[in-house]
Amino acid sequence: MARRRKPKLAVWKFASCDGCQLTLLDCEEELLTLAGEVEIAYFLEASRAVVRGPYDLSLVEGSISTPEQVDQIREIRRQSRFLVTIGACATAGGIQALRNFADVRGFLDLVYARPEYIKTLEKSLPASAYVPVDFELRGCPIGKGPLLELISAFLNGRRPNIPNHSVCIECKRRGIVCVMVAQGIPCLGPVTQAGCGALCPAYRRGCYGCFGPMETPNPASLGDWLLAHGMTSPDLVRLFRTFNAYAPAFREAGDRYAEAANPDRSS
Amino acid sequence: MADPEVRIPAPGSLWRMEKAQLQTLLEALAQQGYTIIGPRIQEGAIVYDEIRQISDLPIGWTDEQDGGYYRLKRREDEAFFGYAVGPHSWKRFLHPPVFSLGQARRNGQGFEWIPPADPPPRYAFLGVRACELHAIAILDRVFMGGPYVDPVYRARREALFLIAVQCTTAGGTCFCASMGTGPKAPPGADLILTELPDAFVVEIGTERGAALMAGVPCTPATEADRAAVEARLEETARSMGRQLDTADLPALLYRNLEHPRWEEVAQRCLTCGNCTMVCPTCFCFTIEDLSDLAGTRAERVRRWDSCFTTAFTYTAGHPIRQSAKARYRQWLTHKLASWWDQFGTSGCVGCGRCITWCPVGIDLTEEVRAIRETDGAMASERR
Repeated sequence: MARRRKPKLAVWKFASCDGCQLTLLDCEEELLTLAGEVEIAYFLEASRAVVRGPYDLSLVEGSISTPEQVDQIREIRRQSRFLVTIGACATAGGIQALRNFADVRGFLDLVYARPEYIKTLEKSLPASAYVPVDFELRGCPIGKGPLLELISAFLNGRRPNIPNHSVCIECKRRGIVCVMVAQGIPCLGPVTQAGCGALCPAYRRGCYGCFGPMETPNPASLGDWLLAHGMTSPDLVRLFRTFNAYAPAFREAGDRYAEAANPDRSS
Repeated sequence: MADPEVRIPAPGSLWRMEKAQLQTLLEALAQQGYTIIGPRIQEGAIVYDEIRQISDLPIGWTDEQDGGYYRLKRREDEAFFGYAVGPHSWKRFLHPPVFSLGQARRNGQGFEWIPPADPPPRYAFLGVRACELHAIAILDRVFMGGPYVDPVYRARREALFLIAVQCTTAGGTCFCASMGTGPKAPPGADLILTELPDAFVVEIGTERGAALMAGVPCTPATEADRAAVEARLEETARSMGRQLDTADLPALLYRNLEHPRWEEVAQRCLTCGNCTMVCPTCFCFTIEDLSDLAGTRAERVRRWDSCFTTAFTYTAGHPIRQSAKARYRQWLTHKLASWWDQFGTSGCVGCGRCITWCPVGIDLTEEVRAIRETDGAMASERR
């Protein structure tokens, strides 16, 4: 069954560390097959050779944090049949969204000798804040398995099998003993979306929430339980404000415990 | 050790076996080609995994359990089975959490279907508690009781050798005595062990069990042994960590579907699905079809699923149970009420796993008690 023409794949970078693009390059055994199935039309991390748009599938890494990037993401949307954001930066604003909790001008003055040269937006935001997004592939970084599943689903015209439920379900399927119940280790697994294969709990660490909030998260209940079992409000702020700090459910939880830690000033 | 007497063990008979002879029993099972699964310590808990000798067992250990809490503790004695159930249940061996149902390979004009290469494992379970025997009986009904028999489950179940252990210690979240599912083992096991301080009392459950015990040195149990077993079971039943009043329970729940307690528990429920994963009778699964990049191979995989996920309730265009309230109520009323309508038994065996392994310690016995105490209360606002 020959396809009429190979779909054109583009990989874009915004404010990010490149780790998610590297996940694609890391698909070593599958890369040749992939190159046989799609035309890699734009992927600067891999090649300077660029094929003009429009593109069938655009993978977008990174958050939107400058006015220039707003124009770029809008142009990419215009050029793309399917636009998929990849990673915590592109889907939630990333670790750099920690600046959203303070006045960005304060950081500029602190970091740059000539802050007047810096054009930046008030907030680091996901692409979905500016353009419609067809699918969000979570993770910090994304996983190789889910990425290949996404591309396979795209090529075969089916829905990707990428669940939105908790990490706990992956943990329990693997038979990993719950680190929170059996060892009292704080874990974001119950409020975090699956996809990593319960990587951290498998190594006796609590989940860091790299994949962002699960489909129906209840971080207030988890946070209050941890608060009643030895954690403090500042601990909880740090727990919720990491790679996905600005994802709505984690943001609300972080704000809630920041408020509790500092009742006088809102964050 | 007394000389083993010449005897013919028969189903129903009781024997006294020195503790060290459990090793002989394990060796006899291994010789018959069984993979022995039993309790052992891993990752700070007593889980079920492959064991080869009695030193693999958590001898001298126990567990402390409460809502959202589990810790291992040393015992004062060297009991072999002095603990309650842990995070694993036997369902993971009979109904595997992830199972490939087969692959399809593109083949010229069509597809070649490759069924799973599945010579089913021959398991012997050691240390199956009374509540767990009830749970296996429930799974039997679910997977083999109707016109559609699950071949994956049946292959494992029919090859299974079952060695029960009657509990001589009740856990902090146990309530089998309330559910009528323990601590006395129901029929069904090949052998039923009860641990006394200096020996096991072994009840022969089946002819298969009798044949196995024929090779294990033991002596007929005495009247004192029988009395000791009864006394231990009574003591265990008295020391349950939890209780559940089951009087008229399905009707109580059915007439309280709009009770405000559901909304209250939904505030705490994480909808993470842990309760369903650890439950020894929750059997739900999902089927995923996977395909590779080149479109030349496809695979159909079965995975444990949970009624706490939204995808589980995806029907005709949208998930029908959107709120945590709707999902918790569905789970609890299915376990305790509609399971009766569907399968003729309770879906809950009182093992307490859902209480211990809920990350925020939600306790179904407490939820039912709250509803019973305010039977008929209505939510001020329907949601």
